[in-house]
Amino acid sequence: MKAVFLASITALAVSSSLAQAADPAVVYDQAGKFDKSFNEGVFNGVKQYTAETGIQVREFEPKNEAQVEQGLRRLAKRGYSPIVTVGFNMTSAVEKVAKDFPNINFTLIDGVIELPNVQSVVFKEHEGSFIVGALAAMASKTDTVGFVGGMDIPLVRKFGCGYEQGVKYTTSNATVLQNMTGSTGAAFNDPTKGSELAKSQFSKGADVVFAAAGGTGIGVYQAAKDEGKFAIGVDSNQNHIQPGTMLTSMVKRVDQAAYKTYKDAAAGTWKPGLVVLGLAEGGVDWAQDENNASLISADMKAKISDIRAKIISGEIQVHDYMSDNTCNY
Amino acid sequence: MSQAKVPAWVNVALIPILNILLAFLVSGLVILAIGENPIEAAGYLIYGAFGYDEGIGYTLYYATNLIFTGLAVSVAFKGGLFNIGGEGQAYIGGLGVGLICLSLDHTMPFYVIAPLAIIGAAVFGAAWGYIPAYLQARRGSHIVITTIMFNFIASSLMVYLIVNWLKEDGRMAPNSRTFEENAWLPYLHELLSPLGIDIGDSPLNLAFIWALLCCVFVWGLVWHTRWGYQLRTLGTNPTAARYAGIDTAKVTIWAMLISGGLAGFVGLNEIMGVNHNLLLNFTAGYGFAGIAVALMGRNSPIGIILAAILFGALYQGGAELAFEIPTITPEIVVVIQGLVILFSGALEHMFKDRIEGFFIRRAVA
Repeated sequence: MKAVFLASITALAVSSSLAQAADPAVVYDQAGKFDKSFNEGVFNGVKQYTAETGIQVREFEPKNEAQVEQGLRRLAKRGYSPIVTVGFNMTSAVEKVAKDFPNINFTLIDGVIELPNVQSVVFKEHEGSFIVGALAAMASKTDTVGFVGGMDIPLVRKFGCGYEQGVKYTTSNATVLQNMTGSTGAAFNDPTKGSELAKSQFSKGADVVFAAAGGTGIGVYQAAKDEGKFAIGVDSNQNHIQPGTMLTSMVKRVDQAAYKTYKDAAAGTWKPGLVVLGLAEGGVDWAQDENNASLISADMKAKISDIRAKIISGEIQVHDYMSDNTCNY
Repeated sequence: MSQAKVPAWVNVALIPILNILLAFLVSGLVILAIGENPIEAAGYLIYGAFGYDEGIGYTLYYATNLIFTGLAVSVAFKGGLFNIGGEGQAYIGGLGVGLICLSLDHTMPFYVIAPLAIIGAAVFGAAWGYIPAYLQARRGSHIVITTIMFNFIASSLMVYLIVNWLKEDGRMAPNSRTFEENAWLPYLHELLSPLGIDIGDSPLNLAFIWALLCCVFVWGLVWHTRWGYQLRTLGTNPTAARYAGIDTAKVTIWAMLISGGLAGFVGLNEIMGVNHNLLLNFTAGYGFAGIAVALMGRNSPIGIILAAILFGALYQGGAELAFEIPTITPEIVVVIQGLVILFSGALEHMFKDRIEGFFIRRAVA
C-alpha cells in the first residue's frame, strides 16, 4: 500500500516536473459526472485509470457553453495532455482549442474532428440498440414495446431507430411506441417526466421500455418496477438500479474509450484520427450480470448471440439514422 | 419625511454592500463545512473575476448577456409587468440573428449584416413578447403564465428548426454551419490590439458596447419621454393611468415589445459574437438571471450594469473556483450565487430599516 502511494507520488512528481507534463485531464459535459449514465461511464474509466496507476486525472465540469472552451483552453495552457472531452456538444469548442494548441492531444467522445492532435471516438449505438430491441421483442408478451428518448436530437433518434429495427427483426408486426422527453438539455435529467412517459406507454400495452435518456431513465426504471414491467438501461450497465425488472442495458463503453486514451498516451501509442466502436470492437453491447440473469432464458441468449454474430459478420445491416436522417430500413 | 434625511450613498452603496458581504459570509460557512478554506476560495473567486485581463473579459462577456435581460425585465417591470419570458425571447432573438447571418454572410459585408442582425434580434425577440402581451392586454391572460409557457414553446421551436432544417449535414452536433467571418461581431481584444492595448483573449465582443448603448436608450425612454411617463404611471397605478386617459393596453403591448427586443439582443452576443453558428440552449439561463439582475439593480440602468457585472463576476469567478478547487463543485458555486440573490433580493429589508433609522437619528441629533 505504502509502496503504491510512494510510487504514485513519484509518478506525479516526475510527470509534473517534465516540460511536457503528461498529466491527463477530462472535461465532462453539462450533465455532470454523476449522471448515472453517459458522463458517469467516463468517470468510471477515469477512476479505473487512477486506481491502476495512481495518477490523478484533472476533472472539470463546465456549467455553460462558454465555460467549455474556457476550461479546455486553461487545461491546455497548463500542459494537460491528453484531454478527454465528453459529448458532441463540445465539438466546436474542442476544434477551436485543438487548433490553438497543436502540442496537446485531445480525445473527443461522440463527435468527429479532423485535426492531427484529435482522436474522435464514435460508437455504433444503432447496433447495440438493435440487440436490445431484439431482446425486448422476445421478452414482450403483448408485442408492444416502448422507447423513451431524452432530447429530440439526431443522436437519440439513432438509438430509437436501431431499437425499432431490432424489435421488428424479432417480431415483424410488433408495435414500437416512441416518445421524446423534451427539447432542452433538461430532457436528459427529468426522471418525473420519464416516469410519466413510461406509464403512458405501459397503459397503451407496452411491457418493455428502453430509455435512452440519461438521468431521465431513472424515472422510467422506477415506473417499470412499480408496474411490474421491464425496462432497458443505457450507456452504463444500469441493471443494478432496479434489479429484477431491468431486462438489460445497452452499454456504450465510454469508460473504455477514456481509459484507453490515458493508457495509450502513457505508453506513447495514442493516435489521432477516427475510432469507430461497434459490436465487433466491444464498444457497444448488452449487459448481462446477476441482476438480470433470471430474466434471460437460455433460448433468448442463444438467439441474441446469433444476432450479434450476424451483425458482426455483416449479414444483418443495421441502418444508421444519422447517415441520412431518416429511419427507412 | 424621514426618507429625505438618509444620505443617498446609504441606500445606493452601503446597504447593497452589506448584503453582499453577508452573503459571502454565509457562503464562507458553507465552504468551511465541506472542508475547504473560505479565504482561499474567495481569493480564487475574486482573482478569477477581476484579477487578470482575460478574467475581466469573461466577467464583462457574461455581464453583456445579463445587461440585456436585466434591462428587458426592468422595462416590463416599470409597467407593472413581470416578464419571465426573457429566456424564450433571447432564444428566438438568436434565431433572428442566425437567420440573417446564414442568409447574408456569403454576399454582404459586415457593415450591412451587423445592423440587420441587430434589427433581426430585436424584431424576433419582440415578436415572441408580442403574443403574451396581446393576450394580457386584450384577453386578460396573466403574463407570468404565458411568458413561462412561451419559453417552452421557444425551445421546442428551436429544436425543430435546428434539427430538421438548419443542422449541418453529416455532423453529430445539432448546430447550423459556422458563419463566414464577415458575419462575426469583432472581439474587443481584436479591435484594441492594433491600438497597442492588450486585454487578453476572451469572448468579450462589440455586443458589450451595444449593451451600454441600450442602457442609455432605456434611461432616456423610461425617464425622459411621454411614453416612459405613461409606462411608469401604468406600473405605479393602473387605475389612475386609465383615469388619466392612458391607453393601458397599448402601453402594455409596447412595453413587452421593447422588453422582448432587448432580451433578443442576447442572441447578438452569443450567436454573432461568440459561437458563430446557430445552436441549441445558448441562452443558458441568462433570461432568468436577468430577473435577479433587474431586482438587484433596482430597475435602473446604472444599477443593472453594476448588478450584471456582479453576476458576471460570480459566473466567471465561480467557474475559476470550481476549476482550481475540485472539491468545490459547480453546484456549490450555484449555492453562492443563490445566497447573493437571497440576501440582496429577498432579504434586502433586513438591515434597511435599522441602518436608515441610525442615520435618521444621527441627522436629527
